[in-house]
This record gives sequence, structure tokens and C-alpha cells, in this order.
Amino acid sequence: MSLLRIRNLSVEFSTSTGMFRAVDSVDQDVASGEILAIVGESGSGKSVSMLALMGLLPWTAKVTADELSFNGHDLLTMNAKDRRKIIGKDLAMIFQEPMSSLNPCFTVGWQIKEALRKHLGMGRAERHKRAIELFEQVGIPAPEKRLSSFPHQLSGGMNQRVMIAMAIACKPKLLIADEPTTALDVTIQAQILDLLTSLREESGMGLVLITHDMGVVAETAHRVSVQYAGQKIEERPVRDLFRAPHHPYSDALLRALPERATEKRLPTIPGVVPGQFDRPAGCLFSPRCQFANDHCRSVPPAPLGADLGYARCHYPLNTDQRIAS
Amino acid sequence: MTQAPVMTASHLARHYAVGGGLFSKPQTLRAVQDVDFELYAGKTLAVVGESGCGKSTLARMVTMIEEPTSGTLTLDGQAVTPDQWASVRQSVQIVFQDPYGSLNPRQRIGQILMEPLVINRPDLSKAEKEDRARQMLNMVGLRPEHFDRYPHMFSGGQRQRIAIARALMLDPKVLVLDEPVSALDLSIQSSVLNLLTDLQERLGLAYLFISHDLSVVRHVADDVIVMYLGRAVEKGPKEAVFDNPSHPYTKALLSATPIADPEHHKERIKLTGELPSPLNVPPGCAFAPRCWLATDKCRAERPDLTSGPHQAACFYV
Repeated sequence: MSLLRIRNLSVEFSTSTGMFRAVDSVDQDVASGEILAIVGESGSGKSVSMLALMGLLPWTAKVTADELSFNGHDLLTMNAKDRRKIIGKDLAMIFQEPMSSLNPCFTVGWQIKEALRKHLGMGRAERHKRAIELFEQVGIPAPEKRLSSFPHQLSGGMNQRVMIAMAIACKPKLLIADEPTTALDVTIQAQILDLLTSLREESGMGLVLITHDMGVVAETAHRVSVQYAGQKIEERPVRDLFRAPHHPYSDALLRALPERATEKRLPTIPGVVPGQFDRPAGCLFSPRCQFANDHCRSVPPAPLGADLGYARCHYPLNTDQRIAS
Repeated sequence: MTQAPVMTASHLARHYAVGGGLFSKPQTLRAVQDVDFELYAGKTLAVVGESGCGKSTLARMVTMIEEPTSGTLTLDGQAVTPDQWASVRQSVQIVFQDPYGSLNPRQRIGQILMEPLVINRPDLSKAEKEDRARQMLNMVGLRPEHFDRYPHMFSGGQRQRIAIARALMLDPKVLVLDEPVSALDLSIQSSVLNLLTDLQERLGLAYLFISHDLSVVRHVADDVIVMYLGRAVEKGPKEAVFDNPSHPYTKALLSATPIADPEHHKERIKLTGELPSPLNVPPGCAFAPRCWLATDKCRAERPDLTSGPHQAACFYV
């Protein structure tokens, strides 16, 4: 049974100019011990769908889903009090901006110990020991000294590691990491990714990695879900996706990587992601797609079967490879 | 190369005095020390390194925002000193990392583009200025109707195009690009990189490209300088540095960079420890505390860059 099961999740925000659909009927499964990467450009709804799962969206958001279950709990009908017992313990999240996600009024030590006290009911000495252990684990030098630092006294990379230590403090069953390494240097990024994958191996934790860095995806993820303008447009095991993407958007995205370029000019994707007012009638990618025809522009494609990576496309690419393999 | 360099920097250094209260002496922070490079027309020199290595301080010295503590900077064979800054600055322009922060939200695109001319070229008539701004708009791939719009109406990629257009208004010889694509999405990044390539070919610009993204650097650069704690640790043509890195830090940096190919397997060099504080640089090689090859010699003496086209500052290369 999968640890996390999402069916037909949609999130709409009411704005002054009407409803804006940030996430559009997304299905997602994550099993224990699995690393799922969600990739997409800014505004593709990757963070919003996970915030909806955590119940962290503001009241302007309208979350609808057929199913939203985590570890046997139904998150849709659960009340706030019961949810608080799970969030931060079994279901934890690393947020994107460490500087604004930590409380500036308390020391980082206080903040990490709060989670240990609330969720695990540890005693003072035990909490202190565990906090030091966690700081060591995420590679914070001189952990004992750092516990009494305030967030403004630490660098961005150090704060990010505090956030990671906090998220893994209660040994979560599922960890959602929203761009966990974007603010970090590559050598630190490598350390953090190694840490996250080793935690998965040790404790069988599931990991959802939200990122836009294709290199990170290729090196860490097992399965990749590509999101575009709020929709999941393709979901594949990582090797298959990089070898032969089915959706033209995934294909174009991979081609745009500088390291895959064969000549000085890089292939580009013309146009921009559709916004609230220029959402196309048919396929959302059709205005930018080089293969689009009138059918694409008028009829929205439904997700294809599992063998085609649930691609939302009328004319998926690289279909012959499915037959060959 | 027989061509003369557009810009040469030799032994460039910048120190800052930090701290220093009523009773304590200020300490010296050596942000950049002893950096040499040459920029050639139509070529790109990339500076890579992690945060705190002095990349941005170097950019600020090259653009004459900050005065070097020591060392010299020459432009077209002429030494650049602060008293000539006003006249020389026009030839060196900069594009910043964050296109959301670097454009004035209260100015229209036309005003943004004409401002450098208003300040530096009073000899031009208003119509001429506007004409030049419109030409530049076209050159960076924006449409004429964008002239009267405000920055908030543009996407990140378009804003970066505007920032590039503004930097080119005074026909500079050197363009400093401080992380120009790291704030942009992948699909936008490639079109901005293409624009930069085109402009370089058309205008023969020399680029100083500052980035931490090695896959981008590998694509755009001709020559690369790898910096660590204010010093260049490796320097050379792109192919040499990427395919045959000699300094242990470069090796570690390359091995830590994720490669977008799930079937590629490599041994990752794991670096332990932290970047030392620039206030308290170790006496020998700055990288020695994190280096797996370090010996007592490394901890006591500082290695200099070797000579030749591909240089590295390490005793064991």
C-alpha cells in the first residue's frame, strides 16, 4: 500500500480578478522508501500541491480532491487537532526559504527542541542530546554552540541545514523537501542530498523532492513527475524519462539543458507559461508546442495509460521505444 | 592569441576592515587577493566558486564600483585609476542576478533604457536617444510596444533582456554578467544564454561571466577561473579545466555538481568541513583543511599558481 495517495487534487485561489487554478486534477502516489521528484517551472503548482497536503494554505485557497490519504489517515476529513499530531512528526516538510521560515525571535536550538517536546515528549536533557545529534547529522560544525544562535546569526546554508534537522527530528515517514538545496553551494548540496538518501535507506522514509534542477533529479530520484501550469503532464521512472520522454514539454525541457547541447545555440521553448487569463482551451502546452495542431488547441488531452507515463498529450513522442523495451 | 586583451587585471586585491569597536582593533577581511586575468574581445571568461569566494567583489572592482586595495586594472592598455573612473565606466557595464530587483518599478522600459544616455550623452537629442533605445529593444528580442510598459508587466526572462539592453546602451567593451541566468527557469535560461551568445558575436563584447552553475559555465565559457576564499586556485581554457581538472578543489566541485543523466555513474568526492571564515584564513593553502591530499607542507606554505596556459595552485598537481 502506498504511503501517500492523492487523487484528483485541485487547488484554486480566489483572487480579486476571479478564481485562479494553481493545481489541476493531480494524482500522485508515494511508497515508503521511494524518492519521487516533482519538477516544473515556477508557477507550475509543485509547491502548492504539497502545501495543500500539509494543510498550510491560506483561507483564500479552495482545496478539492477525491482522495488525500497519508499512512491510512484521511487528510481531507481529519480535524485540525488530529492533523497537528501528524504534521511535523510523520509528515514533515523542508521549506524553500530558510531565512523566512525560521522564527527570528527564538534560537534555532529552541525551535528544534520544540518539535521534540511536542511530538515525542522528550525530557530536557534528552532533547538537548538529540538536538546536538541532529545538528551533527546535517553537518553543522560546533553544534553545541550553534544551538544558542538566532537565525540571523547563521548563513543561509546553515539555516537550511537547521530546517532539515528540524524536519527529520521526529524520524518522519514521509519527508517533503521543497527545493531543499537551491540556496546552497554545490559541495554542501551534495552533502545534503547524500544525507537525505541515506536517511531513506536507514529508516525507509518516503521522500518527495520538489526541484527544478534536472541534475539533482537525475542523481537522486527514482520516479519523476513533471508538472506544467498546474497539471501533471508526465510521470515516469527517472531513467525512462531522461532516455525517451513522451510529453513534448518534458522533451523540450530536457533539450534545453546546457549540458545536453551539441552546439553553441541552445534549443529553446518559445512563449511563457499560461497565466490566469490566457489559459488555452485545449492542451495547456499547445501554444508553445512545436507539434501542436488544431485538435490540440481545442480538445484538452486526458492522461494516457501507465505505459505512456500518464502523459497528457494527444500525440506522445518516443512511443516506438515502448514497444521495443 | 595575438589579439591584445581589452582588459587586464594584475594582482587585484580588495580588503575590508570589519568590526572594530571602542577597544578592539578592526580585522582585515581579505575578500579578493592576488587575482590576475585578461579579457579578450568576443571571448568569455567565467569565474566559478562557492559563495564567499570573492566572485562578486571581483565583479565590483571590474565595474569600478569599488576601488581595489592593491593591484592594477587596465582597459585597452590604459591603467584605470579612480580619478578616471567617470570616463571609463561607460566601457564596462554589468547585468545583475535578480531581474526583479534591478529594474526600477516606477520607470517605463523606455526611460530605463534611455537613462544611461541622458546621463552620459548629453550631446544626443531626445529623438536620437529614443531611436537608440528602440533599436536596442529590437536587438534583445523585445517588441516595439514594450517601450512604454512597466517592468512588472514582464516575465523574468524578459526583464533580464531589458537589463541586458540597458547595459548595452553605452556600447560597452566589457560586460560583467553576475549570475545572469540563475534566477530564471530552465526554459527561459536557454533563450537568455542564446541572446548573450548572439550579442557577443555581433558586438564583439568581452564577457566576465560569474556563476556557480558549472553546466552553464561549461556551455558559455572560453576560459575559466576557479576561486576559493578570495584566491584563484585554478585557471585555464574551459576544456582543460573541465576535462582535466588539476586542483583538488576543482575536482571536488566538478564531482559534486549533479549531472542530468541518470545512467551516468561517478565517484563523488566527499568534502568534509566548511569554508573557513575569510577573516581567519589558514596560513598555508586555504583548501588544506578540507583537502584529502593535504600534507604538513600544505598547511604551512601557500602554493602559488603554476605557469603555463593551465595553472593550478597546488603542490601536488
